[in-house]
Formats: sequence, structure tokens, C-alpha cells
Amino acid sequence: MLKDIAFGQYYPVSSFLHRADPRMKLLSLVAFIVAIFLASNFYGIGLCILGFALALAASRVPVRKVFRSVKGILFLLVFTAIIQLFFYKGETVLFSWWKIVVTKEALFYTLFLILRLVLLVTVASLLTFTTTPVSLTDGLESLLYPLKLIRFPVHELALIMSIALRFIPTLIEETERIMNAQKARGAEFERGSLFSRAKAVIPVLIPLLISAFRRAEELGDAMDARCYAGSKVRTKYKKISFGWRDLVIFLVMAGLIAGVVLVKQLPGMVF
Amino acid sequence: MRIEVKHLSYTYHSSAPFSAYALQDINLTIEEGEFFGIIGHTGSGKSTFVQHLNALIKLPTAEKKFKPKKVRKGQPAPVYPSIRIGTYDLGDKKTDFKELRSKVGIVFQYPEYQLFAETVALDVAFGLRNFSKTPLSQEETEEKVKEAIEAVGLDYHAVKDASPFDLSGGQKRRVAIAGVIVTKPEILILDEPAAGLDPLGKREIMELLHRLHASWCKTVIIVSHDMDEISENCTRAAVFSASRLKFCMPPSELFLHAEELETLGLDIPVTAKIQRELQKLGVEVHSDFTNEDFVRRVLERVGGTSC
Repeated sequence: MLKDIAFGQYYPVSSFLHRADPRMKLLSLVAFIVAIFLASNFYGIGLCILGFALALAASRVPVRKVFRSVKGILFLLVFTAIIQLFFYKGETVLFSWWKIVVTKEALFYTLFLILRLVLLVTVASLLTFTTTPVSLTDGLESLLYPLKLIRFPVHELALIMSIALRFIPTLIEETERIMNAQKARGAEFERGSLFSRAKAVIPVLIPLLISAFRRAEELGDAMDARCYAGSKVRTKYKKISFGWRDLVIFLVMAGLIAGVVLVKQLPGMVF
Repeated sequence: MRIEVKHLSYTYHSSAPFSAYALQDINLTIEEGEFFGIIGHTGSGKSTFVQHLNALIKLPTAEKKFKPKKVRKGQPAPVYPSIRIGTYDLGDKKTDFKELRSKVGIVFQYPEYQLFAETVALDVAFGLRNFSKTPLSQEETEEKVKEAIEAVGLDYHAVKDASPFDLSGGQKRRVAIAGVIVTKPEILILDEPAAGLDPLGKREIMELLHRLHASWCKTVIIVSHDMDEISENCTRAAVFSASRLKFCMPPSELFLHAEELETLGLDIPVTAKIQRELQKLGVEVHSDFTNEDFVRRVLERVGGTSC
């Protein structure tokens, strides 16, 4: 069903990563992505995998749950793998039949690419598994603070983000309810041509949009009624602060990037 | 059509570690012609139960990928849940579920939020068009839509070309009900039909349901948490609590179990409360707990006349 979307669901346990500063986690994610792209050989990717394993252990999120987020890019993964396997130009031929040639270099490069993509997705999902949407937006707001100097509405942006995240499950539930109601009136969503399926969506989409607008209005009224007035006078319920955990994360990330740069010098296959 | 439910169980997230029962071993028969009530708290399983009757939730044996478990010798055969509605077997893959849905209409909670078409007439015709096996002519459609709109107590000529979004809340709900009964279902199920209405609106909706019961749909089932609504209207009621069926009997007998109902966290009708207080004072009143009957009996008892 629609509810079973694995990516981006907060996994509620208490762990080293869960209690780290969301700002540090956001920055580390960026650093990690940089490291993954800096890595140009298997030593580098190996270091990244090591770093990911450490993070996974420190998060206490079940491994299966994290790897379920790979499902979303499975098609992309298989597609790129096939393209690279057959079209990457290499020298040592492993296998050839008719016009199809697979070389040793292509095989290794494909493996490298798959590792890179899987790492990207799993590391990113680790962030949302260990950070609640609220602290994520808090962290983002704090990181974007300098933009306030050029009058960029940072607080409002963070508010919009947290409201959007908050309403995803609500709207999914609403969609299911409306779909059921229309099914009871004989609507079919799984049968028929592409055109008739697209048409079948209208009786769901219109009530959904209307209810989204209604909810937006109600939320606006409720915020007004509690005298919400934007960022100027607001204090935070939970203050985020930099702690020893964040120092550890910082050092590990610095070590990872330095390591990846260093092992570039090692002999071996370079991509 | 008679509804026969046997051994119905249902779990949420059956594969996940935190699977929870929504229904456990429900056995229930609803005869044709009943005005049946289903009472229970939120989360008691009543909505899940109702969705089974319309095959919105299919029985495991009706799923495409279902394969019967192999039975070893000496072991009892597994008991699968079964639901029969008239001649339809809901546990059979080959059943025409679409046709079943035209015979068993469901009006969900706050049905006014499912309206979508440009005009009231088009919205009411939605179900009609979906269910008809051969395309209906313009006149036929119009006639059936008119009949349904008038059955819910609206003026056809005044509302047919109006946008459903311009109507009042009560009118919208009526239009939504018309959109379900337009296919003349033999069984009409309504989930909290009076939710969010004022007392007058509630009474009007209930009167409407009784009119429909007499003329349009043979069996009416309402889901509610309001005991007064159940005692006033239903011939028989089922009480759901914590995914199980606790009672199934006429309201006049049901409210004799007032203590047990209260331990289940359910309210009892005002009349049952007064009867209990009177009993404490030594005054026995036997009534079927509808307001009218109760007032009459009490007045008989104290020797006054009804006004």
C-alpha cells in the first residue's frame, strides 16, 4: 500500500546518531557525498563503506530497513549497470558474443558505480532514519542563518518545510480514504488502458486537493488564533547544541575525507 | 440478501513484527430487512468489519495469489474466514466484486468530502455509469438520478445543475448518499451518518434512513458510537470492542447489560441511565429504551398522562 514507503521514515530509537546535533548530521551528509565522489578507486570506496558501517552501527537502525531504501532506485541501478557493462571501453576482453563485448575494466567500473549509488542512497536515508523532521528543519534553519543578512526568509522556509513533511502521512491517509469511497461507487484504479486509468484519478485528485486547501485554511486560522507572528519574537522549545558526539562525528568525517584523498595516490585501477 | 460472516479475523501489517489484530473471530448473521447497528470505540474494528462487507478489504482466500495451505494427515484443516452475502461468496476469487459493490452500498464517514464532479447530477451519476454493464441512455440516467436525488429529500430541479461545492453541509451529505443509493443497493451501510451534524440535522438524517429502509434498500446498517442513536433506530445491534464482537442483540436487551457496556468504555442511552436510577429508588420500569416508549411506561407507572 501507499503507507509502506520506507525512505524518509524516522526510526524511533535512542542512539549515538539519534542524539547528535542535526546540523552536524546535515553537514556530515554533505561531506560524505563529497567523499563518495572524491573516491576514485576501490581503496577510497572501501574507506567510504567503512565510514558508512560505523555510522550504521552508531545509529542502531536495522540493516534491512536501511537497505530497503535501495528498492526505490533499483531500476536506475540495473539500467546504469547494464549500460556501463556493455559500453565502457576497456582492453582485457573477458567475454564476447556477436557485437557484445564485456571487458574486465567494464566489469570493475560497473561494480564501482553500483557501490557508489547504493552508498549515496543509504547514507542519505540514514539521516532521515535518525533525525525527526522537526529537528531536521531546525538544523536547516540554523545552518541557513547567514542568509538572513540578505533578507532571505529562512524561518518561513523552515516552517513551510516542516509543515509539508508533517502533512505527507495525513494526505496519504486521506488519499486512501477517498480511493475507498470511490471504489465503493464502482471506480477502478487497477484496470483498463493508461488513458482510462489516468481518467480514474480525477475523482480522487479533486477531493484531495479540496481537502488540502481546507486543511491549509484551518491550519492558518489555528496559527492566527494562537497569535503566530513569524520569527521575530519566537524562542525555541528545544535548543540544539554542539556536543562531544558532534566532535567525534567531525573528526571521523575529517579522517574519512583525508583518507580518501590520500589513497588516491595508491597504485591500482583508477576510474 | 442475508449477510453471513464466519470466523472473520484480520491483522494489520501481517508481515511486520508489530502486527495487531483489527478483528478476531467475528461470527455474525444479519438478516434481510434489518435496521442493524454496529457500535464500538474508535479502533474497535467496526470500520474494518464494514469494509469487508463491500470487499474493499478482500478475504485472504479471494486474493489472486492465494494458495491453500497443504494439510498434513491427522491435522485439522485450516479454518479460513468466510463471508456470504446473498448468493455472493466473498471468499471466492471468481466472484464479481464490482457487481457486489453495486448491491452493497457504503457511505463513508463525512461522505461530502468525496464529491468531485462539476454538477450534482453528474456526481450522483458517477456510480451509475461505473456499475452499468451496458451504456445507459441519457434519459435513463437522468431518470434514475432524479429518483435518487428526490429520495434523499432534495429538489431535483433546484440542485441538479448546481456545483456540489456550493451546497450547504447537510445538502452535500444528502447528495453523497444519493450517489451511493442511485444503483439501488439492497444493503446500505453508513459509517457514522450523523457525525458532525446538529441535533436537528441528525434527526433528519435518521428519518431519511428510515424512509430509505422502507422504500429503497432492504437492509440498512449504521455504524455509530452514539448509543441513543442505536437505541432509537435499530432492530438489532452488535457491540465491537478491542477487535472482538461482544454482544449482538436487540437494543432493548442490550441495555440490560449496562454495567458491562460501561466497563467496555461505552456510554448507555439516557433512558437506560434513568431506568437504573429509578431502579435504585425501587421503581421498576420495563421498556425497549426508545424515548417514546420509555416516557409512556414511566408515565403509566406514576399514573400520569402523556402530553
